[in-house]
Amino acid sequence: MISALIIVFREVIEAGLIVGIVLAATAGVPHRGRAVAMGVLAGVLGACLVAAFAGQLSNLFQGSGQEIFNAAILLLAVAMLTWHNVWMASHGREMARELKAAGHQVKTGERTLAALSIVVGVAVLREGSEVVLFLYGIAAQGGTTAGGMVTGGMLGLAAGGVVSALMYFGLLTIPAGRLFQVTSGLITLLAAGMAAQAVLFVQNGGWLEYFTMTVWDTSWLVKEDSITGRLLHTLVGYSEAPNGAQLIAYGATILMILVLMRLVPQGQKSAKRMPA
Amino acid sequence: MKKLLLALLMIATPVLADEPIVVHLKNHKFSPSVIKVKANKPAMIILYNDDASADEFDSSSLKIERVVPGHNKGNIRLRALAPGKYPFMGEFHAATAQGVVIAE
Repeated sequence: MISALIIVFREVIEAGLIVGIVLAATAGVPHRGRAVAMGVLAGVLGACLVAAFAGQLSNLFQGSGQEIFNAAILLLAVAMLTWHNVWMASHGREMARELKAAGHQVKTGERTLAALSIVVGVAVLREGSEVVLFLYGIAAQGGTTAGGMVTGGMLGLAAGGVVSALMYFGLLTIPAGRLFQVTSGLITLLAAGMAAQAVLFVQNGGWLEYFTMTVWDTSWLVKEDSITGRLLHTLVGYSEAPNGAQLIAYGATILMILVLMRLVPQGQKSAKRMPA
Repeated sequence: MKKLLLALLMIATPVLADEPIVVHLKNHKFSPSVIKVKANKPAMIILYNDDASADEFDSSSLKIERVVPGHNKGNIRLRALAPGKYPFMGEFHAATAQGVVIAE
C-alpha cells in the first residue's frame, strides 16, 4: 500500500503543482473553478484513453509514438502558457482593477481560462495515464494486496490534492498587486521546463540528434528523482544533467515569452489584434 | 522554436548504431539486468514486456521514461553516454525491476 501511495503521489505532484499555479494565476476570474475542473476531467478521461491505447500509441511513428505524443502535448501546453502570459501582460492589470466591473472583462477573461484549462488537462493527462496503467495493473492482478494498493493509490491522489492546495494558498499569501508578476514568472519557467522536456522526448524518439551531450551535472547537489529534485523539475524545469538542446529550448522559451510580453500592446483596444 | 522542431521532425530520420539490444521484462525482472554499451555511441534497447501489466522503463540518469504496455515492446534509445553506470528501473514494480546500463 505504501509503495502505491508513493508512486501515485510522485506522479500526481506535477499535475497538482500546475493546478495550484493555474488557480492562483486566475485568482478572481469568474468561472475559473469550472474551467480548471473541466481541464482535470478532460485530463482524466484522456489519461484513461491513452492508457487503454498505450500499445497502439507506442507503435506509431516507427515505435516512437509515445515520445512524439508526449512532445506534442507538452508543446501545446507551452503554447497555451505563452498565450496566457502574453494576454495577461496586455489585459491583466486592468482586469485586476476592474474585475467586478463589466461583462466585457468577464468574457475576455474566459479566453485565457480556456488556454489554462488545456494546460491543466495536459498536466493531468501526462501523469494520469501512468497512474491509470499502474493502478489497473495491480487491480488486474487481484488478490488480497490489490485492495490495499488501490487504497494507497487513492491516498496518493489525495496527497497530490494537498500539494495543489498548498501551492495555491501559498501563492495567495502574496499581496494581490504582486501576485500577477509572481504567477507570470512561474508560468514562464513552467513553460520553459516543459519545452526542455519536450525536446528530451523528441531526442528519445530518435528524431533530434544534435546537442545531445550533457552540458553540466548537478546530480551531486540535487538528485532529479529526489522529492526536492522532482519539485524543482516541475516548477522550474530542473534537470540534473541537461544537454545542449534542452538548454537551448529552455532559454529560447523564456526569451520568446519575455519578448512577446514586451511586444504586445497594452490596453483593451489591443484585444482585437491579438491572435486567437 | 516549434517550427524548427517540426522541420527537424520532417527531415531527420531515426539513426541507429549497431544492433539493438534485446531485453525482456518477465515477472517484473529485467533480463539481462546489466546492459553493456559502447561509451560515446548511441544504442537502442528493445524492451519486451512479457508480463500482463504495463511497466515504465524509468531512469533519471539516462533521462528516459518509457511506458511499455503488457505483452508489448518498446524501443528505448540511449544517447551517446559518457563512460559510467546508469541505473534504471521498472517504475511500476521498482521492488524487483532494477537494472543498470554500463557504458565503457
